[in-house]
Amino acid sequence: MNRTALDLWVGIFVAIGIAAFLFLALKVGNLSSAHLSETYVLQARFDNIGGLKVRGPVKSAGVVVGRISDIKFDTESYEAVVSMDIGGRYHFPRDTFASIYTSGLLGEQFIGFDVGGDEKMLKPGDTVTKTQSAVVLEKLISQFLFNKASEGQEAK
Amino acid sequence: MSDDILVDIQNLHFNYDGRPVLQGINMKIPRGKVVAIMGGSGCGKTTLLRCIGGQLRPTAGSVRLEQNLVSEMSHAELYGLRRKMGMLFQFGALFTDMTVLDNVAFPLREHTDLSDEMIRDLVLMKLEAVGLRGAHALMPGELSGGMARRVALARAVALDPMLVMYDEPFAGLDPIALGVIGQLIRKLNDALGATSIMVTHDVHESLMIVDYIYFVSQGTIVAEGTPDEIRASKDPFVHQFVNAEVDGPVHFDYPAPPVVHDFLGRGLHV
Amino acid sequence: MSESFSPIRKLGHAVVDRIWRMGFAARFFVAVLRYSGPSFRRLPLTLREIYFSGVLSLLIITVSGLFVGLVLGLQGYETLQRYGSTEALGVLVALSLTRELGPVVAALLFASRAGSSITAEIGLMKTTEQLKAMDIMAVNPIARVVAPRFWGGVISMPLLAALFSAMGVLGGWLIGVVFIGVDDGAFWSQMQSGVDFRYDIWNGVIKSFIFGIAVSVIAVFEGYDSVPTAEGVSRAITRTVVTSALAILALDFVLTSFMFRGTS
Repeated sequence: MNRTALDLWVGIFVAIGIAAFLFLALKVGNLSSAHLSETYVLQARFDNIGGLKVRGPVKSAGVVVGRISDIKFDTESYEAVVSMDIGGRYHFPRDTFASIYTSGLLGEQFIGFDVGGDEKMLKPGDTVTKTQSAVVLEKLISQFLFNKASEGQEAK
Repeated sequence: MSDDILVDIQNLHFNYDGRPVLQGINMKIPRGKVVAIMGGSGCGKTTLLRCIGGQLRPTAGSVRLEQNLVSEMSHAELYGLRRKMGMLFQFGALFTDMTVLDNVAFPLREHTDLSDEMIRDLVLMKLEAVGLRGAHALMPGELSGGMARRVALARAVALDPMLVMYDEPFAGLDPIALGVIGQLIRKLNDALGATSIMVTHDVHESLMIVDYIYFVSQGTIVAEGTPDEIRASKDPFVHQFVNAEVDGPVHFDYPAPPVVHDFLGRGLHV
Repeated sequence: MSESFSPIRKLGHAVVDRIWRMGFAARFFVAVLRYSGPSFRRLPLTLREIYFSGVLSLLIITVSGLFVGLVLGLQGYETLQRYGSTEALGVLVALSLTRELGPVVAALLFASRAGSSITAEIGLMKTTEQLKAMDIMAVNPIARVVAPRFWGGVISMPLLAALFSAMGVLGGWLIGVVFIGVDDGAFWSQMQSGVDFRYDIWNGVIKSFIFGIAVSVIAVFEGYDSVPTAEGVSRAITRTVVTSALAILALDFVLTSFMFRGTS
């Protein structure tokens, strides 16, 4: 095995390896999405985040516009503080509603932005003021039972 | 013996795993001479050679090469000194993944900045000296024992060292190859103006080419002298060694209980 | 060794021996790093080792990757079909490979193919006194023989793991989409939205890099420390494969628990 043939094979090997890696990164993973572009941080406060997880998506009109980067608990207001990385090219008005939705019936939870009509936009670091917490199944059931019970009472 | 001593060994002791291998060796090896160290297997001669090359550190005593205290030197300092030494290992120890040419070129490529053409010329010259210039493209696996030994010899002298050490250079060779190696050792030593130390137990060949012989037995020097003195020696060990006698100071029988115990013991105990 | 036949004393001796040996191996590892200069200054040395570790492992890695992908596709389909979620096949295959199977299986294969040959080479050089010959010629055998083989392994490993995962995904696609008939678009789109570069793929790369270091260190150490006889070298090769396998799996557990702690 002379030197130049060896170098050629090593070069081919390294090239194949890098190609495989790029294949994984681009075709298999989500690298080509907005992750590489610039993002800015927005915050939102919720009474209950339900099953929301870090890295969950932030969607508007069903399109992913950002990712949840951090979830903290405010010990003074007893609220959940959610930080989100929003793609730099997306801007939202100040009266945007941030609600926690569930994809499908039992799927992962995400934050959905429903826009309002305000002319002023949210700036990096701003907090979304209008929020709707997650629907907690137990509360829903107890509310339903309570309603049923009170209906029964009224009928009597 | 001349006054110019190249290797000065004083009171060398070496223990291996608590067992004493060398027990007080004293040697003075003059420059330009070929010296043989002889003895039976396991007497410590290879250990002695390793101490001279700095591969082993003695338990006590000193080894001096020119003015350098080899026995106390650090690894890095030893590397500097080893460029002036060459060693031929028992079965050649050629690098099996390189050609003959690359093997001999190895020390030149590692320690000099010479161009490829120059190295090639030097290597071919060394190979010519050992008679193997035509074999330069072969791999070590394709060489006979004698040829491999000669290539290793060419590699050992590639940098024109001042001290060449041989570990059993005649082991396993046919009579022709044996003669060739012996002649080469002598000729190269004289041509390079080097000093050679040879560890061997081949008496016949050694007596023909060396200037001085040391006999080592059980870690000490039991006899020394020029070849003529050795041939005429009355020392029982030397006599047994040189004449290949079956029994003498080196016993034939391994220590064992009396014959009665092993062959008749069972019968007697009934 | 002691004359006592007490099994407890033997066990204790064996354990102490192992720990002593690990310490020696750690010091050896540091020495390899210290003398790694020539591996990079004289690149042909390392390139040669990348050829012998990496290029010569290409066949076993690509074929194994393909087969693992095919099996994942089959098994995945069989299970997902029961819950009507066969479009998730792509995500299942991709995540299994990039997070776990790619780095781990590729490392295990690498240890048995390349690791054992590195141990054999170095062990053989030790047996035929080539390392001693180099030492007496004032060439540091660790710098010249050991370090390039170490770095050859470290560089080859992540590349091979990536290749394994890529082939596996192709295998899953082949079985799922081409042969069984899962929707091609759903296969890829669900995969792309379900596999995160930083979380899944990059963590897999880090894993394979660490596995590469572990396997390479074990391989060169066992070779260098082998008993210089034919039997000694063959035992060293066995030790390389076994120790590498255990190290890979143990490290995988440690790394997985650090990296994939769950997203909450």
